[in-house]
Amino acid sequence: MSYDLPDTHGHFGRYGGQFVAETLMEPLRQLTEAYESLKNAPAFLAELDRDLRDYVGRPSPLYFAERLTRSWGGAQIWLKREDLNHTGAHKINNTVGQALLAKHLGKTRIIAETGAGQHGVASATIAARLGLKCVVYMGVEDVQRQSPNVYRMKLLGAEVVPVHSGTKTLKDALNEALRDWVSNVDDTFYVIGTVAGPHPYPMLVRDFNAVVGREVLAQSRERFGQLPNALVACVGGGSNAIGLFHPFIEHTEVAMYGVEAGGHGVATHEHAAPLTAGRPGVLHGNRTYVMADDNGQILPTHSISAGLDYPGVGPEHAYLKDIGRVNYTTVTDDEALAAFHELTRSEGIIPALESSHAVAYAKKLAREYGPEQRIVVNLSGRGDKDIFTIAKLEGIELL
Amino acid sequence: MASRIQRVFSELKQQGRKGLVPYITAGDPSPAATVGLMHALVRGGADVIELGVPFSDPMADGPTIQLACERALAHGTGLWDVIDMVAEFRRDDQQTPVVLMGYLNPIETRGIDAFAERAQAAGVDGVLIVDLAVEEADEYLPPLRARGLDCIFLLAPTSSDARIETIARHASGYLYYVSLKGVTGAASLDIVSVTEKLEQIRRHSTLPLAVGFGIRDAASARAVGAVADAVVVGSALVSEIERLQHNAEQLPQVLQDRLTELRAALDQPVV
Repeated sequence: MSYDLPDTHGHFGRYGGQFVAETLMEPLRQLTEAYESLKNAPAFLAELDRDLRDYVGRPSPLYFAERLTRSWGGAQIWLKREDLNHTGAHKINNTVGQALLAKHLGKTRIIAETGAGQHGVASATIAARLGLKCVVYMGVEDVQRQSPNVYRMKLLGAEVVPVHSGTKTLKDALNEALRDWVSNVDDTFYVIGTVAGPHPYPMLVRDFNAVVGREVLAQSRERFGQLPNALVACVGGGSNAIGLFHPFIEHTEVAMYGVEAGGHGVATHEHAAPLTAGRPGVLHGNRTYVMADDNGQILPTHSISAGLDYPGVGPEHAYLKDIGRVNYTTVTDDEALAAFHELTRSEGIIPALESSHAVAYAKKLAREYGPEQRIVVNLSGRGDKDIFTIAKLEGIELL
Repeated sequence: MASRIQRVFSELKQQGRKGLVPYITAGDPSPAATVGLMHALVRGGADVIELGVPFSDPMADGPTIQLACERALAHGTGLWDVIDMVAEFRRDDQQTPVVLMGYLNPIETRGIDAFAERAQAAGVDGVLIVDLAVEEADEYLPPLRARGLDCIFLLAPTSSDARIETIARHASGYLYYVSLKGVTGAASLDIVSVTEKLEQIRRHSTLPLAVGFGIRDAASARAVGAVADAVVVGSALVSEIERLQHNAEQLPQVLQDRLTELRAALDQPVV
């Protein structure tokens, strides 16, 4: 198959597009134009590559999880170690790219939304490095759940603004960031943290994260002389998943699995799985699958992992679901938690709760493949940020 | 046949008056209050009513209207309920145009055809979908037009000549100029830049121009009225609803009085 999306208006089939108030249409046009002119410019790419190598620490290793493979008794499990990046997750790939764009556009202030705080930390980090002013919007619920990351952002010089509206979580932080942007479009660049939002964001966030999939392509050929049989990644907004999947879309022999947050189980309605149990709708500037009621009101979500706790999903995932190229599935809180412990104890790698969803699904999938087959799991982030949440869940008191 | 909105604006023009367009959110402070408040607005001098359809994620709105949406949604006010309120309003008022203003997802979820049919039957006159850019509007406009509903679009300080031209071509009823780069209820607008932008828009369209965002009182209404065809007042009214949400019986008179003040300011001859 040949694949060249989005179209010039940012559509992935029926999905994507630009659904924003008029004030933002011109800034979005300017951003699209700037990105199109820079994305193949040798100087821009050289600067980006240098940052990814020297600042982020790329390429990240493709690691063979030998003990885990033995214990699961099926396919070989290979982990793409995005957890080893500077700031501990794939998020930095995107913020480095967008911050360079901001610099080229002459913007002096960046804003970001964050749920778990990883994107906020990644944005504050790159802002510190480039000397940009940085404001991060975060739902008050998340400010309380993720206080270490709030402190990190402040150490880095960012202002963290608690958001009190709506459900007081990631989606409301995104609304508030959009409101800030509309009020400060002249000097401000909005660094969106996932492949959502209006065009060109789903495209450019994907492109900046696709370095993950490109490395896996090269590393697979080098390490085992062929492509993997399957790829697994967790999907909240879906930036780590699309980063891994995108370079493989035309390689149809590679199966792809996107794992949504099943929360307490899809049947309970307490989950964050719009692709599995939502419906097409319009949220945050694009058409995609959303969790909404019959009146079109966006529903509250639940996941053990703050980074997956979002009622929408990137529009490209909506398209890949509809055409059947990627299989989307869910893993519950409990399964993710079990996978968190299993990986930690068997490989000495503490994964983020988000990434633990991918690990949990890989365990189920491993048995469907033989020992000569290979599954690559995107270990999108490290779990240091989650140990407080997990300790609390398990009734352990930390200092 | 001229639409109710066209008729109102051509009458205003003949009389040399400026239109007054109040906004309230349907279902705020309660669904039972809304129709009474709409009649009060008309008594105070409203020419067109913009009735907000509550949405869980009103990304173009400031805190005042966000909270209004939350109050309305706490009562479960849905799109069909809002349309029922318009039908009830129409039983006693066949003259005042009503424009539904809101976000796309509630309409998309119910389906544009079903929405257009019910809206027309209830006596809705126009629709303003804040997050529906003209580039994405192709599948939505024909069903709305076929039901005689005017499609109101926003223009902003950032709108280029090319965009103004495209939007003016798709719009009907009136154009809504967002007076500042910001959200609803923002602090202040700059009358000089509003004046310049309205002149730019008039080069592309003969539609009436309503101006909103940042009009809080008689003085700002009067200043904008001097250069626009109509002024939209939203957050300033919704603040009153918020203040009196637990004394809702006082609200009709309070809103009527606020409108009367604004009406007087607009009708005062410009010196």
